[in-house]
Amino acid sequence: MNTSNSVSPDRQNDTSNAAIPLSVYDLTVAYHRKPVIWDVSFDIPPGKLIGIIGPNGAGKSTLLKAVMDLIPKASGRVQIFGKSYQKNRHRVGYVPQRESVDWDFPVDALDVVTMGLYKEIGWCLPVRKKHKVRAMEALERVGIADYARRQISQLSGGQQQRTFLARALVQNADLYLMDEPFAAVDAATEKAIVQILQEMKESGKTALVIHHDLQTVPEYFDYVILLNMRVIDHGLTADVFTPENLQKTYGGRLTLLEEATETMRRREQSL
Amino acid sequence: MRLFAMIVLLLSLCPAPALLAAEPSISQESITDRSISLPEWKDWRRVFFLEDYNTRIVILGTTLLGMSAGMIGSFALLRKRALMGDALSHATLPGIALAFILATSLGMNGKTLPVLLSGAAISGLLGIASILLIRNLTRLKEDAALGIVLSVFFGAGVALLGIVQQMQTGHAAGLESFIYGKTASMVASDAWLIGSAGLTCMLISIFLYKELTLLCFDEGFAHSRGFPVVFLDMILMGLVVVVTIIGLQAVGLILMISLLVIPPAAARFWTEKIFYLSLVATVLGALSGMIGSAMSAIFPNLPSGAMIVLVATSMFLVSMVFGIPRGILIRKVRRYQLNTKVNRQHLLRSIYEYLEAHRMLAEKQIKPVPVTALYQMRSWSPTALHKIIRRAEQNDLIETVSGDQIRLTPLGLTEAARVVHEHRLWELYLITYADVASSKVDRDADAIEHVLEPEVIAELEALLIQQASSDILASPHTLEIDPGNTDSSVSQSGRPGS
Repeated sequence: MNTSNSVSPDRQNDTSNAAIPLSVYDLTVAYHRKPVIWDVSFDIPPGKLIGIIGPNGAGKSTLLKAVMDLIPKASGRVQIFGKSYQKNRHRVGYVPQRESVDWDFPVDALDVVTMGLYKEIGWCLPVRKKHKVRAMEALERVGIADYARRQISQLSGGQQQRTFLARALVQNADLYLMDEPFAAVDAATEKAIVQILQEMKESGKTALVIHHDLQTVPEYFDYVILLNMRVIDHGLTADVFTPENLQKTYGGRLTLLEEATETMRRREQSL
Repeated sequence: MRLFAMIVLLLSLCPAPALLAAEPSISQESITDRSISLPEWKDWRRVFFLEDYNTRIVILGTTLLGMSAGMIGSFALLRKRALMGDALSHATLPGIALAFILATSLGMNGKTLPVLLSGAAISGLLGIASILLIRNLTRLKEDAALGIVLSVFFGAGVALLGIVQQMQTGHAAGLESFIYGKTASMVASDAWLIGSAGLTCMLISIFLYKELTLLCFDEGFAHSRGFPVVFLDMILMGLVVVVTIIGLQAVGLILMISLLVIPPAAARFWTEKIFYLSLVATVLGALSGMIGSAMSAIFPNLPSGAMIVLVATSMFLVSMVFGIPRGILIRKVRRYQLNTKVNRQHLLRSIYEYLEAHRMLAEKQIKPVPVTALYQMRSWSPTALHKIIRRAEQNDLIETVSGDQIRLTPLGLTEAARVVHEHRLWELYLITYADVASSKVDRDADAIEHVLEPEVIAELEALLIQQASSDILASPHTLEIDPGNTDSSVSQSGRPGS
């Protein structure tokens, strides 16, 4: 695949809208030559809460990781506020999946939140008092300031999730990418996260959230992206979050596309 | 914090006792010679009073080696790359032998440490490269790659050592000491090399403390923030390489991994903070290097690597058993304390509920309860129940009235009321919010209520109790107590004390 067939996105650089938090053009990502997301393109509007919905293995996490260059793209490109991710990464806050780290690591909640400031503090320089104050403020915002000095394995799942959220908040970014922040959290945490998402929206920030619970989608998100290897549809929740679209996204698990790539992978292996 | 670390580091250097004696003639002996002669008094004195210059320098070198291994090892362990260090150290053997052959055939002295260690470093890095290649090009997993590289390189090294033995030119004896470690063959210049390299590694990791911590904890987040993860990983691996290489002479390539892994693993039992973890690991590493090489100076026929490892291991065992907050003993004690607390609360609640069911709470005097009635309320064995009662008596919560009758003290009654209140709060919560059937809720509530924290209790109260009331909640389910009179059906409805 190459990107030369349409208008070269490189050329669009100057004219592209710096107000659009995230634009994805023709993004394809493959693990071991098996495409995980295929030809994904979308823009997201600023100042909105956006949900990414799709079944397991639909490539939701992969999409976020590819946007941040954490995994190589097979093709396609990504723009954050009209520039490359490298140039605008300070405007992006990332909340990874809770399971992605070892919570037995010897640090406390405040230490984890302070990590959100390491880039700002700079190489080789120590964490100072003012950084800890800011980290503490972020912990207060997510409502777990009382647990700041607790070793992270002593936190409940919801508190761990809020610690991760605070680590992204402390950065004061404009676009937040969140990988399943609502997965296996208690009701209080869910409420706290929803409230913070609302606050973000009110201050003009954008959040792109991978979400699993279909029931709460219309309540939490203004805008949805339905993903299953490719974008099924995206747009305002009211327009796009329809039974037909959900059927397309979740129904018929083994699509022709998947079957083809599976055959390709098997042939690859037997070689 | 970093300043503090450096001060500690420097302080611990100043009094570094030199213990070790070097007697080059010993290196002629075979490594299989394990005869132990009891050291004479002058040997002990020489070691403990640091009588000669060489001894002092060598011990300084091994101490610095232990410190740097402890500190770098902390990060390697947290990055879960400890076994990489093992493969690396085994992969150095062919490099050592080849460096000797090459240097000797070029007419140089093949046995100088810088020459041998350069060879070791090159073949060690080749070993790591092979692991990465095998892992990335084939479908083998990392453990297989590690096993293959480790054994193949080590085997090649042993074969090359055999060739070295048959060479006419070199007096090759002593190269084997790299396998098990031998500080006796260490001269002052070697110790300086080892010490300064170790110190450099420590300084680098202190300066990159923050970045390495982030790398070890959350690589993906570090990457997303623009930290060069691959570069940081290479720095960490490079530090492991340097520490391993400089440890080859004193600890030997088979056992070098222990000096990287054991001190931080032991330190983990003592702390929940990465900063103190690396500090304690540094101190334990220093002690291992120091005491281990002293032992080897006293028993010159024993490999110093084994001595160092034995010292480190004894510290590990002590930490594992006695470490606070993560050692075995403290955890057993905590479990025991929790069990005791749970049993005490069960006893108090049983007595309270018995009194409640028999409508004896409102009376002025606290009524005694027959012990036999308590057996029916929980599956207690007689011995267990008596033990629990005895302990509650010691805490002034209950008192024995006569042989088979016990009574709550005023303090006990207050505590019992609190326990019952919390239990019922939790039951009510389960019924109201978690859809647990009320017939099942008693045992479900049991498991958790004893570990509820005060803030959770407060939350539950706010959630479940509408009017401000200091009363004890009524049980939300039927209590299985036979009140012994007719009106059993109303036993759970009344609010005692009101």
